[in-house]
Amino acid sequence: MPSGEMREKMQEAAKKLEPMMEQVSEFVVRTRDVQKIYLMGKVEVHALRGITLDIKRGEYISIMGPSGSGKSTLFNMIGGLDKPSSGSVYINEVDLAQLDAYELAWLRCRTIGYIFQTFNLIPVMTALENVTLPMIFAGVPEDERRDRGMELLKRVGLAERWNHKPFELSGGQQQRVAIARALANDPAIILADEPTGNLDLKTGKEIIELLKELNQEKGVTIISATHDLKMIDVSDRVIWIRDGQISRIEDRSKIRVEAALEVEEALMEGELPTTP
Amino acid sequence: MTRSRGNMTVFGLSREEIRSQIQLPWGEAFRISWRYVTIRLGRSLVTASTIFLSVSFLMAISTMVLAAKATGLAEKGDPAFEAALARYKWSVILGFMICSTGIVSALLMSVTERFREIGTMKCLGALDNFIVRMFLIEASLMGLFGSLAGAIVGALIMLVWAGIREGFSLWAKIPWGFKGEAGEWGFLSYFLASILAGVFLSVVSAIAPAWRAAKLQAADALRTEI
Repeated sequence: MPSGEMREKMQEAAKKLEPMMEQVSEFVVRTRDVQKIYLMGKVEVHALRGITLDIKRGEYISIMGPSGSGKSTLFNMIGGLDKPSSGSVYINEVDLAQLDAYELAWLRCRTIGYIFQTFNLIPVMTALENVTLPMIFAGVPEDERRDRGMELLKRVGLAERWNHKPFELSGGQQQRVAIARALANDPAIILADEPTGNLDLKTGKEIIELLKELNQEKGVTIISATHDLKMIDVSDRVIWIRDGQISRIEDRSKIRVEAALEVEEALMEGELPTTP
Repeated sequence: MTRSRGNMTVFGLSREEIRSQIQLPWGEAFRISWRYVTIRLGRSLVTASTIFLSVSFLMAISTMVLAAKATGLAEKGDPAFEAALARYKWSVILGFMICSTGIVSALLMSVTERFREIGTMKCLGALDNFIVRMFLIEASLMGLFGSLAGAIVGALIMLVWAGIREGFSLWAKIPWGFKGEAGEWGFLSYFLASILAGVFLSVVSAIAPAWRAAKLQAADALRTEI
């Protein structure tokens, strides 16, 4: 439990942060010529060949592409989970490469919420404890943790299952808990790696709808790396990645799902489709 | 509007403020570790049972020393007794070393199994030392339970065996408190020392696996194989 003095300091710091948040730019994520080269034995694998992106606050972005396109690598870069070989990633105008371990942890705790394909709930903790774990790291006192945690669980529709452990929950329910957990510290960004990858069609659709609702309610930027074409309907922009480069960026207003299916097919064939 | 490192501010906060805002209170770390130890009981028992065996051996030898002195079977300085005692001491030390490798092994396996959880915790904002803290607390809990059980059982076995051999009246002659008449160690001293030895062994053995766990990256949360 933080001491009274420490709590005061934290409240002061939070107050200092608020006006800063209003002044920050409209771009919550920016990448500049991000490249990533892996060494597999003696062979160099160019996972990313220069990605330059600007993502606005409150946008719902889907990063799409076939396996091996660099989609996951880009996702890792944006989420601060990996460092680029060259180029920069800026979150709220802060260059990730300049952050030390504490600042990265702070970023992951308070600015970014993560959602995984495999849900990644802590198996020995109840749903409520899973949701409040990021709050523990952020120094939130116990009563407030419980209240906020229950509120979040209520929002995702799992209030009555707060006491259940992950193995007592279905896949869709686990993902909902994971979404509640991602929102624990009111982040600016939610990063979702294949959130519907392990879910059936119906449950996947529910999760996508939930994410869209949260995007509109809270204004949280959602960046999703996915294969799931159902995600296109709710995205503001879709970024197609192929072979480590952006092949096209599409605005939702210009997309129809059939056209998207055509695009995907063309990419698989190895051609770049023409702009409709 | 880049926050420069020179002014030591990032996200509107100074470095000190950021550091103070990331924390894992010991109470919370304890709660989480307790959960892991009690729920993954099978794995915990593997670790705890090696400590149980080593500590029960240590406590049995200690009790034997007390019983021998109580029945007058061995006066201080008796060469035969001292020689036998030296051999036993070496056995105990050896036992502890073997126990240690067992603990290291079991804990490393635990780390490997939990790579995704550890990666996830880092995505939620855990620092490296949070992970170390949790593993060390887990190890000390398992050490405590194993040592407590081991000390009790080891002492009991030796007391009963000595009682059967030399008569149960020797139980009254054993100094049960912390110190005996001549200022030498009593039962309670040996008891606590054995438990401390077990916990110490457990924590020291856990250092390497805990360090290994702390070095896992947040990106490991996304990996699909070990």
